[in-house]
Amino acid sequence: MPRRITIGLATILSVCTLWYGLTTLFGIIPAGRFPSPAETWSALIHVSGRGYGGGDLAMHVYNSLRLVVMGFLVAIMTGVPLGLLMGWSRKAEAFINPIFLIIRPIPPLAWIPLAILWLGLGDAAKIMVIWFSAFVPSVINTYTGVRNIERPVLEAAYMLGMPKFRFVTEVMIPGASPMIFTGLRLSLQASWTTLVAAELVGAFYGLGRVLNVAQQDLYPGMILVGMIAVAILGWGTTRVLGMAEAHALRWNTAALAAKG
Amino acid sequence: MNREISLLQSIGLGFLGLACFLGFWQGLAMSGLVSNIFLPSPIEVYDRFTTLLERRFAGATLPGHLAASFQRFAYGFLLAAAIGIPLGLLMGWYQLLDEIVSPLFDALRFVAPIAWVPFAALWFGTGIGGPIMIIFAGAFPPCVINAYRGAKFVDPRLIEAANMLGTPSHRVIREILLPSSVPSIISGLRVSAGLGWQSLVGAELIVASAGVGFMMVQGQANVSTTTVMAGMVAIGLVGLALDSALRLAERIIQRRRGLDN
Repeated sequence: MPRRITIGLATILSVCTLWYGLTTLFGIIPAGRFPSPAETWSALIHVSGRGYGGGDLAMHVYNSLRLVVMGFLVAIMTGVPLGLLMGWSRKAEAFINPIFLIIRPIPPLAWIPLAILWLGLGDAAKIMVIWFSAFVPSVINTYTGVRNIERPVLEAAYMLGMPKFRFVTEVMIPGASPMIFTGLRLSLQASWTTLVAAELVGAFYGLGRVLNVAQQDLYPGMILVGMIAVAILGWGTTRVLGMAEAHALRWNTAALAAKG
Repeated sequence: MNREISLLQSIGLGFLGLACFLGFWQGLAMSGLVSNIFLPSPIEVYDRFTTLLERRFAGATLPGHLAASFQRFAYGFLLAAAIGIPLGLLMGWYQLLDEIVSPLFDALRFVAPIAWVPFAALWFGTGIGGPIMIIFAGAFPPCVINAYRGAKFVDPRLIEAANMLGTPSHRVIREILLPSSVPSIISGLRVSAGLGWQSLVGAELIVASAGVGFMMVQGQANVSTTTVMAGMVAIGLVGLALDSALRLAERIIQRRRGLDN
């Protein structure tokens, strides 16, 4: 492993050197195309101090993060139960699946114009598109997770006459939880993509708005700052979800470790 | 975990589900509770769809917009496959390359493809180059990851056997590594096509002067909900066709390998 880390660090270091060399030292990449490290730094100071595109960096980050978290929560609070229901009952599955089949091929980003028509440029439209994009992965993975629970486990629960409620909370949800978390991770990724797109199409503040204004102003430094901010937030929220997963699936990893 | 249901019952329930969905939509649109501009009925959307097939809107008919979108999609997707698959395979075979590229790749993966839009516009303009770059950004990672997995998880016994028999390394690559990575590559292409198509729609919403996404933005600006919805239907249909085509390819290849049961 140390070898991996050394090479990784060396790569990142050489990319940074290359970046500095090409933009600042030799000027091979013109400043109008890609910012130099110094320009990126000054753009960062600009947006976090005086503010840019309608607010300072903290406010844009706060707004984007808030919308993603809200949309994501709404999506999983509706998607996971629906997935459980479809996994639980063949009838519900047969009833809901065709509706799903016709809505699913429409990419979440294609809902953006409709969301703007319905709800305008404010928060509600963003939450609606995030909901649409994050909903589908959480339903499908939850449903697959329930369907993949091993038969003997289900039969044992039946044979022991487990009440329905306890069956759901103690067999179905834990059994499906590894898949549920896979779905949540995909949902979270989709939430970020959709939010950035929605904010690029139209918003009053948020990181997508920063990108949009910077694009119109031909301000490469600010574009890079916006992209880095989006990447860091996406990485950070994925980490938080990963920690939640590790916590929720303790029993599972412990069992796997015991098995060797 | 209820008991199994018969095929007939399942088809019946499926139709019931669709009928409820469309009926609810139609009913809501006709009831006058919501304005017609806000929520047109499915029949109106269908009418608009058929009109758009012949009449021009935002510079072209619906097939015209679709052709423009599809052309961009094809370029971006092919470019992503042409660069991504070899890169993934090489990363799977040569550890050093893997160790060099992986950290960069992991860092870039968290940038949503759509966040490349401003740079794409700056570097390649909004005509055809910019959108191609966005599709590329969306379709590239799954190509690399799946080709990498395909190359990494080749059954080591096959390679050992070949080495023991003194097979030259170019033949090992051509006759063992490449064929055994194919199924994984094809599934990667399917994911790629989905993400690429979605990124294209996003890119066209923001920067483009033709294409289905552009048509939808124009529809939105003209408060023509039917146009927006017709665009969504068209995008969904093309996406579905792409997915089915690649799914078919996946199945054919698996069958030829005797991998399906």
